[in-house]
Amino acid sequence: MSALRLRFRAGSGTEANRAGRTGDRILFALCAGAGLLAVLVLGEVVYQVISGARPAISKFGLGFLVHSRWAPNFSAFGAAQALVGTAITSIIALSIATPLGIAIGVYLAMMAPPPVRTVVGPLVEMLAAIPSVIVGFWGLIVFSPFVANHIEPALHNVLGFIPLFGAAQTTGFSLLTAGLVLTIMVLPIIAALSRDLFLTVPVELKEGAAALGATRWEIIRGVVLPTTASGVAAATVLGLGRALGEAIAVLQVVGDGTGIHSSLFQPGETLAARIANEFTSPESKLHIPSLFYLALILLVIGLVTSVLARMIATRFDVHRTLA
Amino acid sequence: MTAQLDVPERDPGLPDPSAPLIASGDLRRRDAVSRAVTASAAVAAFLAVAVLAILVFTVISKAWSVLSLSFIFTNPSGLDSGGIANALLGTIEIVAIAAVIALPVGILTGLYLTEFAGANSRSGRFLKLVLDLLQGLPTIIVGVVVYGLIVAVTHRQSGFAASVGLSIVMLPLIARSSQEVLLLVPGTLREAADSLGVSRWRTVLGVILPTAAGGIATGAILSIARAAGETAPLLVLDSIYDPNATQLNPFGHGVPNVPILILTTSDLPSPSALTRAWGAAFVLLAAILIANVAARIMLARSRRKMMG
Amino acid sequence: MIEPDDQTGHGPAGERVLGRVRIQTESLPAAPAPLPARNGGAPLIARDVVFDIRDMAVYYGDNQALGWTTFKIYRHLVTAVIGPSGCGKSTFIRSLNRMNDAIRGFRIEGQILYHGHDVYGAEVNRVEVRRRIGMVFQKPNPLPKSIYDNIAWAPRNLGMREDLDARVERALTQAALWDEVKDRLRDSALSLSGGQQQRLCIARAIAVEPDVLLLDEPASALDPVATASIEDLMHTLKNRYTIVIVTHNMQQAARVADQVAFFTLDPGADRVGTLVEYADTQTIFRNPRDTRTRDYVTGRFG
Repeated sequence: MSALRLRFRAGSGTEANRAGRTGDRILFALCAGAGLLAVLVLGEVVYQVISGARPAISKFGLGFLVHSRWAPNFSAFGAAQALVGTAITSIIALSIATPLGIAIGVYLAMMAPPPVRTVVGPLVEMLAAIPSVIVGFWGLIVFSPFVANHIEPALHNVLGFIPLFGAAQTTGFSLLTAGLVLTIMVLPIIAALSRDLFLTVPVELKEGAAALGATRWEIIRGVVLPTTASGVAAATVLGLGRALGEAIAVLQVVGDGTGIHSSLFQPGETLAARIANEFTSPESKLHIPSLFYLALILLVIGLVTSVLARMIATRFDVHRTLA
Repeated sequence: MTAQLDVPERDPGLPDPSAPLIASGDLRRRDAVSRAVTASAAVAAFLAVAVLAILVFTVISKAWSVLSLSFIFTNPSGLDSGGIANALLGTIEIVAIAAVIALPVGILTGLYLTEFAGANSRSGRFLKLVLDLLQGLPTIIVGVVVYGLIVAVTHRQSGFAASVGLSIVMLPLIARSSQEVLLLVPGTLREAADSLGVSRWRTVLGVILPTAAGGIATGAILSIARAAGETAPLLVLDSIYDPNATQLNPFGHGVPNVPILILTTSDLPSPSALTRAWGAAFVLLAAILIANVAARIMLARSRRKMMG
Repeated sequence: MIEPDDQTGHGPAGERVLGRVRIQTESLPAAPAPLPARNGGAPLIARDVVFDIRDMAVYYGDNQALGWTTFKIYRHLVTAVIGPSGCGKSTFIRSLNRMNDAIRGFRIEGQILYHGHDVYGAEVNRVEVRRRIGMVFQKPNPLPKSIYDNIAWAPRNLGMREDLDARVERALTQAALWDEVKDRLRDSALSLSGGQQQRLCIARAIAVEPDVLLLDEPASALDPVATASIEDLMHTLKNRYTIVIVTHNMQQAARVADQVAFFTLDPGADRVGTLVEYADTQTIFRNPRDTRTRDYVTGRFG
């Protein structure tokens, strides 16, 4: 060993050493280059979206955000309908997925017996791995009729006095269906992240609470949930990002929306779905730039949610590669 | 037999310590609440599993009649008959090219984060931010950007454009998973190599990468599975092609692929077309779920190897 | 006078059983010889039995951690459990309030009778057990809440909502922490020093006014000054509660305890912890009956 050491350390001019240093430099260049490439890609994405939207920005300005008429053949473009649809579907998805996801996380982390935990945990994660086109396909064929025939009438019967729950449509292609489909995609993200967070609560804290004569729910409410609150918030924001950016599944079930309606059971549009739907068949000169303008809005929202999630999660080591 | 010390009297409102240790009064209520919460949480969990089961079962049962070896190995003939061979080949090809682009860049990025950027260095934190932002990008935006870069310039959609789009989607996933795995390589290995005077690049190539290989491969498989199902970029980059022919040249040609096949066939009125769409969905879903399970098993094994 | 009754002999399978100590009786003859200053010169008179431990054994899966243990713990006394590390002291004390239930493979044999009721009985509610038998842990583990909320949390769960302020003050006073924190009750509990945090943990344990306080090496993570303050508490707290304290520090046991139970790991018996001797402090430290006790307290091992 000492002979080896001698050979590698002897003087700065030995051949082995020089080769070593060159090799190190090449490695560094490759790695730094890769990192630089990632940065450039992000920059290029931002640049392309902005420059693609420029004609529409200069034509419509900020008023684009509040105009609701979207008629490509008349060169009338406004983002309001898509914005409203995006907001509504995301709100639906998150209002259902967040409590359910947290409940599942609590169950998997603190209540389930070990055999149940090892089976149900991965199954919940598998739900996240299903491609959106398949979820959308199922939504199209199976789920929409179900929503139209069962869920919407039921909601209308019970809550019909609220304009949100108007008369049911026949097709079931609506903001509600889109929101419910998004719920399926967001739920496993929140559930898996919550479970991981709850598992990080130190055992001594839980034991200390138990020793004070608290029931399991009191321990969860008093110790586990407060300790992980900001991490769970970050997980929710990550779920929100997923919901906002989903184009395909929404496209398949949200219907052909024109105008903004008060009922959730009417068809609608979201930013991502509209872009995906119309990009390959533009009908006027400003069509594509307007779609880029929508993309710009979507991009800003997406970047903000990513940054927000990071800020909230900085106290926690939320590292998870979800398929 | 009571003690005869002057012990301060216990508050008569408190329970008698010598009463039996059973739940009574308020505790019964608290216990009931706790049990109700547990039950609801269990219901939520099984609801999620039920949704998964319904989805998978629907795909299987609707695809059943059309599934056969010839379905996988023959090309379509018209919209409502034939197999999906060309789309399968196309997806494999597009994803493979995307992986060839994304894997080296992603792994090298992960290497940069673990080997060259210190734990709290500015470049490291900035790069992690960039990767997080890339990961959070809606994939339709990735699609329209690559459209502007390639399709608008060449005036044709192409399999290659699709690969570029998919590689952008895969890059942050591979970078992050590689970084996590590389961090798990024990510092002692690096120290031992350093103390022998071995240069950094030799250590990386000869020691660190081999040790992390299993975990990196797992991350790669998961990213590839994810890319195989990504439809939004394909919609604007690779949805125009001859649906009945095999097309293996990704440059300047649209390459048939499974996600677009499903998307376009899924709202056709013909029942046999629909069944074909379900068949394609089944194949895609099966491949992705199997890849996930395999990756999970590999992950458990490689973690054990590195920790043990 | 308490008669330690040493029974060493052969067990049912013919193996040599070591160290089963059984305390004979708790009723006393009329004229007890007064014991020295340990309990202020008062004669050691008849007391309520709080824990009647009979042939207790603990298993984790197939491994036996604690061997047949039989003795009684008396009311309003400080009973110290001492012995070398790993001899099952923590396992023992955690079994008293069912804190081992969550540990995989935990199994208990024999009986622990608390005021005559089997702690592991079929109808027994764990939460009720812990309501009456509180515990303070080795490492201070305050809840991530304010000082006030740490104390008030358990009473609120129990529905004790009136006079919460008074209850909190009482608990903190009994734990000798009131003066130090009375002006900053809303501050986070994590801003306190280690010794203060531990006293906070004691305060919150007594805020619900349990019957028994279990202390699992409460001072081992603390500096000498903080340790002294915890030990001082023992003398006052035992007037209201029955205290069982696990300690690896013999001098501490000598300072605070009325009764001492000495456990050890008997290498011959497959690393099973066993109770070797149980007597009042003076006897254990001045006049132990068992050579192993004598070796331990004189520092010849462990």
